[in-house]
Amino acid sequence: MKLSYALPLAGMIAFSSIAADAETITVATVNNNDMVIMQRLSDAFEKSHPDINLQWVVLEENVLRQRLTTDIATQGGQFDVMTIGTYEAPIWAERGWLTPLDNLPADYQQGDLLKPVIDGLSYKGKPYALPFYAESSMMYYRKDLFKKAGIKMTRQPTWNEVRDWASKINDPENKVAGICLRGKPGWGENMAFASTLVNTYGGRWFNMDWKPEIDSKAWHDAITFYVNLLNDYGPKGASSNGFNENLALFSRGNCGMWVDATSAAGKLYNPDESEVADKLGFAPAPVAVTPKGSHWLWSWALAIPASSKSKDAAKEFITWATSRQYITLVGEKEGWTSVPPGTRESTYTNQKYQQAAPFADFVLNAIRNADPTDSTLKPSPYTGVQFAGIPEFQSIGTQVGQMIAAALTGEMSVDQALSNAQRATERTMERAGYYK
Amino acid sequence: MNKPRTAGRTVGGLRPLALQGPAVTLLFLWMIVPLAMTIWFSLQRYNLLMPGMTGFAGLENYQYLFTDPALWTAMLNTLLLVGWVLVITVVGGTLLAVLFQQEFFGRGIARVLVISPFFVMPTVSALVWKNLMMHPANGVLAWVASLFGAEPVDWFSSLPMTSIVIIVAWQWLPFALLILLTAMQSLDEDQVEAARMDGAGPLSVFFFITLPHLKRAISVVIMIEMIFLLTVFAEIFVTTSGGPGLATTNLAYLIYIRALLDFDVGMASAGGVVAIVLANIVAIFLVRMVAKNLED
Amino acid sequence: MNNSMFKRFCIGLLAWVIAFVIFFPIFWMVLTGFKTETAAIADPSLIFSPTLDSYIEVQQRADYFKFAWNSVVISFGSTILALLIAIPAAYSMAFLPTRRTKGTLLWMLSTKMLPPVGVLVPIYLLFRDTGLLDTKLGLVIVYTLMNLPIVVWMLYTFFKDLPRDILEAGRMDGASTLQEVVYLLLPLTLPGIASTGLLSVILSWNEAFWSLNLTSSQAAPLTAYIASFSSPEGLFWAKLSAASTMAIAPILVFGWLTQKQMVRGLTFGAVK
Repeated sequence: MKLSYALPLAGMIAFSSIAADAETITVATVNNNDMVIMQRLSDAFEKSHPDINLQWVVLEENVLRQRLTTDIATQGGQFDVMTIGTYEAPIWAERGWLTPLDNLPADYQQGDLLKPVIDGLSYKGKPYALPFYAESSMMYYRKDLFKKAGIKMTRQPTWNEVRDWASKINDPENKVAGICLRGKPGWGENMAFASTLVNTYGGRWFNMDWKPEIDSKAWHDAITFYVNLLNDYGPKGASSNGFNENLALFSRGNCGMWVDATSAAGKLYNPDESEVADKLGFAPAPVAVTPKGSHWLWSWALAIPASSKSKDAAKEFITWATSRQYITLVGEKEGWTSVPPGTRESTYTNQKYQQAAPFADFVLNAIRNADPTDSTLKPSPYTGVQFAGIPEFQSIGTQVGQMIAAALTGEMSVDQALSNAQRATERTMERAGYYK
Repeated sequence: MNKPRTAGRTVGGLRPLALQGPAVTLLFLWMIVPLAMTIWFSLQRYNLLMPGMTGFAGLENYQYLFTDPALWTAMLNTLLLVGWVLVITVVGGTLLAVLFQQEFFGRGIARVLVISPFFVMPTVSALVWKNLMMHPANGVLAWVASLFGAEPVDWFSSLPMTSIVIIVAWQWLPFALLILLTAMQSLDEDQVEAARMDGAGPLSVFFFITLPHLKRAISVVIMIEMIFLLTVFAEIFVTTSGGPGLATTNLAYLIYIRALLDFDVGMASAGGVVAIVLANIVAIFLVRMVAKNLED
Repeated sequence: MNNSMFKRFCIGLLAWVIAFVIFFPIFWMVLTGFKTETAAIADPSLIFSPTLDSYIEVQQRADYFKFAWNSVVISFGSTILALLIAIPAAYSMAFLPTRRTKGTLLWMLSTKMLPPVGVLVPIYLLFRDTGLLDTKLGLVIVYTLMNLPIVVWMLYTFFKDLPRDILEAGRMDGASTLQEVVYLLLPLTLPGIASTGLLSVILSWNEAFWSLNLTSSQAAPLTAYIASFSSPEGLFWAKLSAASTMAIAPILVFGWLTQKQMVRGLTFGAVK
């Protein structure tokens, strides 16, 4: 649906873009640490590519996502490189909004990319985005507190054990919460975590007829457990804590345990940023009924919108920013714990990285074991561990996330929250035409 | 009262039409082009994420909108937010205007400090309140509570609407104060003196002289604030994202969810049309009342 | 006498306490910007060794001056444009009112109540097709239209209270249109125009929806600058405070310097 307007305004405005010798490409990215480092190191790219100029648009995640979706869905053409995730890549590719990234240069070593990660960014076998960093989820804990309480970490913790441990190390007097978990509503915030919890309790988002199952027993068990756990042993204000807030809490020593993204490991292990670097323990994400889908798979990746006018230059940039050489550059300039994790085999075979990051194998295993195509106990029609890969999920996840946050703060009972969420989801799915 | 002038009169040879023309035409376009598009889209199936699914939808979008349980909550929240902020800013603004009208040491500087929040962009004030003031662990308010041995309040989860009202009122109180203070300066001192002579206490002076004098100014404050408060968005987006649950979802935020999370342009447009209708109802009732107040 | 002195002292004290409480969030933000990240989240304290680290780091990540310049151009540009369109309209409404004048004014104001989110997609498409996305001109146009109703109304109420007799007298004396405007109208209306303009500048400077959604890299003003520092990873309180301080400093100082001027005309016809 193409709209054109004959407005007098259009005639009045003589718009000309700035002509320059070098080609300018606009890179839109999220304000996470790894991207801030990329921006800082991009001087090296501009030096080796004097004919390409970089313009940066750095925004917080929510704003960025909204901004990019508006632009790409309307073919606004404002950006040449977009930072998107595992959720967006296949959906946008299907709509023809992204440029396929085949014919990558040989020295890019495409085979070196971790398979589950690049598969998640592909559509019909073709990659549409290149992974900048990737993550699964795992558990962090404080070795010192565990030792003091006489707890021994198991090889594969269960959620019941976790509750038991949380009760032992919870110490509000000294500002230590037994466990920190995401509570801030959002499909990429509390729902990313809650989905994995539901998965391991044997639940799923939709049955094979695309009917939501949010009022099922598995959901009920999982969310009741989550609400009680956080209310009993969680930090204050848990319902406004997302990944960043929990990272800050844990790194200051305010949490005994934390189940979240593996990408936090490098930050927690860096003594400059974290007060608990020397007391940090790792474990796989806990399980309950089934190990399936107990930890997620996500990557932040760089893609080129179909509406870009500088596709070649943009491709130059994204192959640089996701290359082996870039990882080495970060390792040398910023320290090896700061390299963008989870994208390449070679990162994990690198001696320097292994020495600097004792969690490396853990992360690699978690990423390898995450299977977005088979993440629920009963079969499901969607791909994705912590999300359902359909365009409607963004709003469904956000609405359900709000309801669960309301259950967490006690504004609603779990029953009420889940039945509201179920109804809202049914409405959305019906409106999207899933039931004919 | 002015006698109505005939349309044939001119100012500097220009007829009213020529003078008002540009403003009225531009505003008309600004109003009518988006409005027409909004109404048009509200009758279409049009979702940016589903390029294939288009076509005439009739009143389907409206049907979905009006059966959305969130809509009524959002309308109620909108009214609550507007109502509370108006009460706080008008009452607070009047009292502060009386106070800052008095002579005291460093009055000029104190006034400047008090009106400062009005210059702060809403995003920044929301961020400052969220991270520096109301944060349950590091916030100043939590620290103050701990000084008194009280349990720190977890503002955005336990008192979400109150928190939003505080933030918004903090921004608009200075505006009310600014206008009311100006109005206060034209208060007839002789009249006050005369009343005092007749034995009126400060309270009766306030209620029988000051308040009636401020009537017009208060109407103006209500009207201007109303225009901005009906569309409060940044404060909610930054702090609670409309939650927990729907506790702080107002109409503007609900439309945002539909428009920019669902990318359901059809539904968002229907929401926009409803908001316009709502705004006009408010305009008819309130603005007319206020405007009448201003005319005499 | 003593009693009245004491009363005055109490009033002054109360006023100062209230002023301080209301100003405190801004004061605290400025202070936090000069702390280290660890000091920023420690228990509140007025005693710390100030550092410019946060400012330096913030400046390294995004060039403040580019954003600030965009803000200046856009808010002043739109204000001037809005005044140019609004002055004739308000003037004629005030001096030659017709039966439709009041209706027109009310209608103008009601256009302000439409939530901008509802029309984002239509406007975005419009801007894409006219090449206005990410241009300062585009934002100037949007802000002009956004503030026009308020500007027209403020000017209208101000003009309406002007002593009409002077104008009439001037015309009798055979003053030309130009003379009428330059010697009579301008001096009389300047306070009203100035304060209207000031308010329009402030509203444009602080607008955060259109500026975020219609710009990317070239025309992004300070509201977009803030969006790149809100809720990032790790410890960010000091950096956020530093960025916020820089984003509001120009308009805050501007507001302080012009507040007297603003008050003089910011009456919306509320003062007779």
